[in-house]
Amino acid sequence: MHLNRRVLRYSVLASVVTTTLFSCTTVKQYQKMHLNDAEMKLSAKKIQKVEQNFQVYREGASGVSGGKSGGGCGCN
Amino acid sequence: MIGLYLGILSAFSQPVRDSAKYKSNKLQLEEIDLVSGYYRQDGNNSAVTGGIGTEKLTDFTNTIEVKLFKYDRQQRKNQFKFELGIDHYTSASSDKIDPKTISSASMDDTRVYPSLSWNRENEKKGTSFGLTTSYSHEADYISYGAAFNFTKTSRDKNREFNLALQAFFDTWKVIYPEELRPPDYGTGAKSDNRWVEESPKRSFTGSLSYSQVINKKLQVSLLADPTYQHGLLSTTFHRVYFNNGSLRAENLPGNKFKLPLGVRSNYFFGDHVIIRTLYRFYIDDWGMKAHTIEMETPVKLSPFISVSPFYRFHTQTAVDYFAPFLKNEPNQIYYSSDHDLSALNSHFYGMGVRISPPKGIFGSRFWNMLEIRYGHYDRSTDLHADIVSMHLKFK
Repeated sequence: MHLNRRVLRYSVLASVVTTTLFSCTTVKQYQKMHLNDAEMKLSAKKIQKVEQNFQVYREGASGVSGGKSGGGCGCN
Repeated sequence: MIGLYLGILSAFSQPVRDSAKYKSNKLQLEEIDLVSGYYRQDGNNSAVTGGIGTEKLTDFTNTIEVKLFKYDRQQRKNQFKFELGIDHYTSASSDKIDPKTISSASMDDTRVYPSLSWNRENEKKGTSFGLTTSYSHEADYISYGAAFNFTKTSRDKNREFNLALQAFFDTWKVIYPEELRPPDYGTGAKSDNRWVEESPKRSFTGSLSYSQVINKKLQVSLLADPTYQHGLLSTTFHRVYFNNGSLRAENLPGNKFKLPLGVRSNYFFGDHVIIRTLYRFYIDDWGMKAHTIEMETPVKLSPFISVSPFYRFHTQTAVDYFAPFLKNEPNQIYYSSDHDLSALNSHFYGMGVRISPPKGIFGSRFWNMLEIRYGHYDRSTDLHADIVSMHLKFK
């Protein structure tokens, strides 16, 4: 029962990701005025550095959010 | 005669330069970023005192990042980045490592961490690669880091793939709580010349990301940062009190594999609101699983001013080796009472303001942008924190 639920969950997730990626339209450079906004950048903001610092120390999980994944500090 | 005259003129005329393609090969300043923050926390589950006691701590962080660039003869953009960070923190619980000798003033320390990066971009091929070297020093920890990164962008610039390989070669000073130190073993304090053992910690990360433009207003990225760590992964001045009343220093396995996976999506809703989201799933071989969701919605009050409320929720299970004060079993091989590794939920919320007028801040063309942000953090283990950050950008 647990395995079926897990398989179903991952299948739904894979479908959503695949559908999203394949529904892409080609956007030309001159059409990117919204996408090129500074706050549309696909990365953590520089101002979040200080927040990422304390999150890496105060929580057991790290990585992907732009902060350290491990090493370079006495953090988790 | 006229033909000869025109011929002479054309021989001495300047060739027409395509200014759009010409790029100067002089070293130029691209931008300077200053980021500062003040962090303050309090709680009652300090790992230094076995999972109980004050967690009062303050941290003042400052980083400066300078970016320079120049084009080489092959018209490839070479970017040089120098970053320097200085953090100063005070910690009431670190005071308790050696409780008999320290006064009521809390222990403090300063961490200095410079780094140097070089990146080369070939716009024609849509590729770039770079190298980074870093160093970090604090009272009981030294780190040397190196990284390599590679990026490939599609011709239409709607897709981007990035690979980054990072390694840290770190060394801990092995500091024990006062009552657990062998005879003549040092405290690790700067004023104490007695010998203290040093132990290595190695961390290796392979980061992968794939970014895709979905339509004119939506772009997403898929992220993974698998990490392997080896060496001293315990904090040896953390106390652990067992259920039989005995006391030992924290002891955790010497290997750890972590796998964080994430999805970012940014959507421009209408003409004034951006919805930035991040979801992270985390799992490691110490038994921890975690989910993190972040959402930020910049609202553009004008083309130059935006306010950004944000919210972050994090939930994690405990690592297999965690138990609170007086709950660890004495026959365990690995044990910790560090509540950072316990089962917990946290909420982090606040607001930021960003100003970027075309004529610069206060009319200074060099001062391009100012951003200020406040956040409040609540953790289910009764730890609370506040943080104020500021980012100044100069171009």
